[in-house]
Amino acid sequence: MIEFGHFIAFVALATAMGQTYWGFTGDRRRSTQSAIIAFGATAVAFVLLILAFLRSDFSVALVANNSHTLKPWIYKLAGTWGNHEGSMLLWCLVTAGFGALGAYKLNTGRDVFESRAIGIQGFILTGALAYLLFASNPFLRIENPPLEGASLNPLLQDPALALHPPFLYLGYVGYSFVFALAASALIDGRADRLWASVTRKWAMPAFILLTIGIAMGSYWAYYELGWGGWWFWDPVENASFMPWLIGAALLHSLVVTEKRGSFAGWSVLLAVLAFCFSILGAFLVRSGVLTSVHAFAIDPLRGSLLLFGLGIFGGSALLLYALRAGKIRGGKDWYFASREGGIAANNVVLIVATLTILLGTVFPLIGEAVDSPMSVGEPYFHLTFVPIMALALLVLPVVQDWNWGKVSRLRLSRRLWVVLGCSVFVGVISTVLFSASWLSAFGLILGSWLILGSLSEFHRRAVHWSKVFRLSLRVWGMTVAHAGIGVFILGAVVESSWRLEETVTLDIGEQRKFADWTLTLDKVESIEGPNWYAQQATITAQKGTNLSSVLKPQRRFYPAAQMPTTETAILKRPIGDIYIALGDFRETSTGGYYVFRTYFNPFIGLVFFGAGLIASGGLLSLVGSFKQSKTSN
Amino acid sequence: MRPRTRRLRIVIFSALLLLLAGWLAIFALRLNANLFYTPSSLAERGGPVVGKKIKLGGFVEIGSLKFGEDAEMTFVVTDEGNEKITVEFQGLAPDLFREGSGVVSTGAFITPKIFEAESLLAKHDENYVPRELKSSKYTKQTND
Repeated sequence: MIEFGHFIAFVALATAMGQTYWGFTGDRRRSTQSAIIAFGATAVAFVLLILAFLRSDFSVALVANNSHTLKPWIYKLAGTWGNHEGSMLLWCLVTAGFGALGAYKLNTGRDVFESRAIGIQGFILTGALAYLLFASNPFLRIENPPLEGASLNPLLQDPALALHPPFLYLGYVGYSFVFALAASALIDGRADRLWASVTRKWAMPAFILLTIGIAMGSYWAYYELGWGGWWFWDPVENASFMPWLIGAALLHSLVVTEKRGSFAGWSVLLAVLAFCFSILGAFLVRSGVLTSVHAFAIDPLRGSLLLFGLGIFGGSALLLYALRAGKIRGGKDWYFASREGGIAANNVVLIVATLTILLGTVFPLIGEAVDSPMSVGEPYFHLTFVPIMALALLVLPVVQDWNWGKVSRLRLSRRLWVVLGCSVFVGVISTVLFSASWLSAFGLILGSWLILGSLSEFHRRAVHWSKVFRLSLRVWGMTVAHAGIGVFILGAVVESSWRLEETVTLDIGEQRKFADWTLTLDKVESIEGPNWYAQQATITAQKGTNLSSVLKPQRRFYPAAQMPTTETAILKRPIGDIYIALGDFRETSTGGYYVFRTYFNPFIGLVFFGAGLIASGGLLSLVGSFKQSKTSN
Repeated sequence: MRPRTRRLRIVIFSALLLLLAGWLAIFALRLNANLFYTPSSLAERGGPVVGKKIKLGGFVEIGSLKFGEDAEMTFVVTDEGNEKITVEFQGLAPDLFREGSGVVSTGAFITPKIFEAESLLAKHDENYVPRELKSSKYTKQTND
């Protein structure tokens, strides 16, 4: 079975080469056929690998190293991509999928342009499949199959994490097709409004999927790691966040190209960069140059191959850009004080913000090279990325108010003065009533400014609240996404400013105060799951006389992987989460106690809700774009 | 507006922003990049500086872990040299923290002999050794 998978992956490789050849020679029909066959072949190979995992076929080396018979089937399935080789096959599948979908769906009337884009996607797929087959082959057998597998890292045995990699890859790899469209436009020397409109329809899904993928990963980190936080500026988080930021810049630049014809060269460059940052992310995560929970394939050869791929794709595209960008024609004239000017500034800020993250992520490597190992943590990012982004978001509602081309008057409109007044009021209230620091107050002002500013812009466009349903879905999407950023900021600021964190020690029967709650440890018992056993504490949390809840945090041990994990217990309340992680039992001279880490995370739901709004806004806008092009045809 | 003027202004704006970002980054890195030491490398550099925030990495000496009241714990960090440093920590240790395991603690020396850790990082899984330990060529010598 798995040999057939191995074989058919080679078939996929051969067809991908065909897709590249016919694409570049401008044969639209043959390139499409080969793209669809390449996708089919990769899909079959992927399904065969999944079957090997589901059937726990330990004669396959990858399954033996990453699966276990006692695992629930969902984690056997997720185990397929919970390792380096399998995830690379998923990567290939998604690349082939975008190629096939593009070949099937593209309909610009420019056959040569489309064929070349399909060909470039085929070239990327060829590279990915060659890397899979020659440097990380998932289809290898072992001579003496073990009776039992080595199991998947227990931290990854979790529903959110089963879905997190596919979403993330759909996002990352989505930018490969955006890259293909950009590179093909460069060969033509033509990136016009039609090109921007088509490219945006591919850049948007990539952005939405990446948003969902990142949010899921962050939610997983929140409840599974037991550290109370949701974002740790871990190199891998950064690796996914950088293409997200570039992708956000790209979407805005593409709007300008689509509506005004300007920024065409810039949009092409951003499309190239978004994909380069995706590969760079893969390199940082997979080469093992940086330490992280995700670094499951520490292998220098793979790292250098990925770097080589980055050089080939990124280098050739940038060279092409240098040679051909001059041919791309500009659009309508614009002045600095205009919506174009604002978006240009926003783009520059997003890129610089991305560079600060890149610096913080690779700085430890520089330190290592000069033999003084060091690490860069959260405070660095709070001092660099956060203020720079705040700058961009501060002007967002103002730029929305500006016209295309040229602003007649630079003054803030009365509408925005009211919005600003309300936002400052929120900040003042937070300082007076909740003794917020001036930084937190500023964060709350910024969040409210974004939410109210977006709503006010929405109202301006609709003229009256009763007419909002006449507005296009793209306006709806923009409003929801921008307000989502505001909601996210409110959540992040409140959570980080008013979070309570305490280490609580309790013996059975003992009581402790935490925040407004009284925690009582009723019992600690041993329980067993399908492939783990655990100690489970039962804690009664009581507030006042009639509010009482039972929390059951666990400390699990997975014998197959010889590894403990923390299963937190979270009590969701309207104003925030009570979060408890169980630690070890400690014997002291006077007896002993269990250690608990308790957190109160106020309004943390807003962080994930905000991310959800950003993704939904993107979706609305995408649907709007499709409707728009249907009516204009 | 002429394209050339526009381009010039964009370049100026970008350059200014990059300068600001560079300044912030240098400032933040000076303040927050924590240098990594092992007990031996500290001794080589002439002993610890009290109060300076660093990362201290090594292995937890077997038999050295002691618990006090209120989730306090102390243990001795050592490496393949003979240097030993006592670490104090209050809180919940990571899942994989135990005697003999590799650990990286962030914090500062409160006296030349005692290191007070704000946070502990243990290896992620059985195959994982903190990267800094690996690169400084300390291999695991104790049994779990």
